[in-house]
Amino acid sequence: MFGRGLKTLSIASLLLICGAFALVAFYAPNDADQGFVQKIFYLHVPLAIVALGGFVAGGVYAIRYLRSRDRADDLRSYVAIHLSLILGLAVLATGSIWAKASWGAWWVWDEPTLVSFLIVFLLFACYQPLRFSIEDPERQARYAAVFAIIGGAFVPLNFLAVRLADSLIHPRVLSTTGGSMPGEMRITFLVSVVAMIVLFVTLWKYELTSKHAGMQLRALKRRLGGEDAVGPLSRTAPNQV
Amino acid sequence: MPALPLDEAGAYVAGAYLVFLALILLYVAIMAAKLSRIERELGELGELAASRDVSGRPAEEREAVPR
Repeated sequence: MFGRGLKTLSIASLLLICGAFALVAFYAPNDADQGFVQKIFYLHVPLAIVALGGFVAGGVYAIRYLRSRDRADDLRSYVAIHLSLILGLAVLATGSIWAKASWGAWWVWDEPTLVSFLIVFLLFACYQPLRFSIEDPERQARYAAVFAIIGGAFVPLNFLAVRLADSLIHPRVLSTTGGSMPGEMRITFLVSVVAMIVLFVTLWKYELTSKHAGMQLRALKRRLGGEDAVGPLSRTAPNQV
Repeated sequence: MPALPLDEAGAYVAGAYLVFLALILLYVAIMAAKLSRIERELGELGELAASRDVSGRPAEEREAVPR
């Protein structure tokens, strides 16, 4: 059900990630202002774009779940948010390393871009505790969907608010004027974004397949009545699909 | 701040990329552990099904080896 095309996606993501990193190392020129340390840009920014996109996708699947009551959409929403949180952690870590190298500080509290991303990350960090604090599977899925929709809607609003705010030191990457990246940097950046998107989709399908297999096993165990004989399965997100 | 010299900047860049790699590997390792647990429990379930089977032969023996 969820595992279709996983092999092709895995190969594509491996090739794209290796290709992107090779472009970063051998093709993209050093930044005139920041020098070699600017290479973190090709990892940090695509990660941030994909993480935020994943939160929005989680909200979209939550809308689909509320409309159709299809448990598969609830699972898709849950896994998208779960993965985005992991990538969000990578965004915060790589951003802090870049900040230390460029600005001399691991974190700058006055900077709207940094703080707004942290707010989004912490907001979605509440998703899982909320979800698993509810026992009833129907209510759990419904409440989690409402949370995911509100959180997902918050992401573009937050993005707009940050755009309107005055930036202190953090540069604006996606501008209406198209930025001022030279061709080699632009190509490397675009390949990195595509690679990160494909990696996200691969891991998303990977986790969906794993969770779905666990759920099917659990259902089979229940049908065979051997729950006590084999011991309980670990908690696997949305209770049944 | 002026641009860092290459040896110093290199450590930061390597650190950032290694953090990403470590997170992905950790994620894959956790998923692999979950997968092996599913496999183990599937085996236990197979034994349970075989014990109820009238033929008395484990169901696994009647299945062809998957490609």
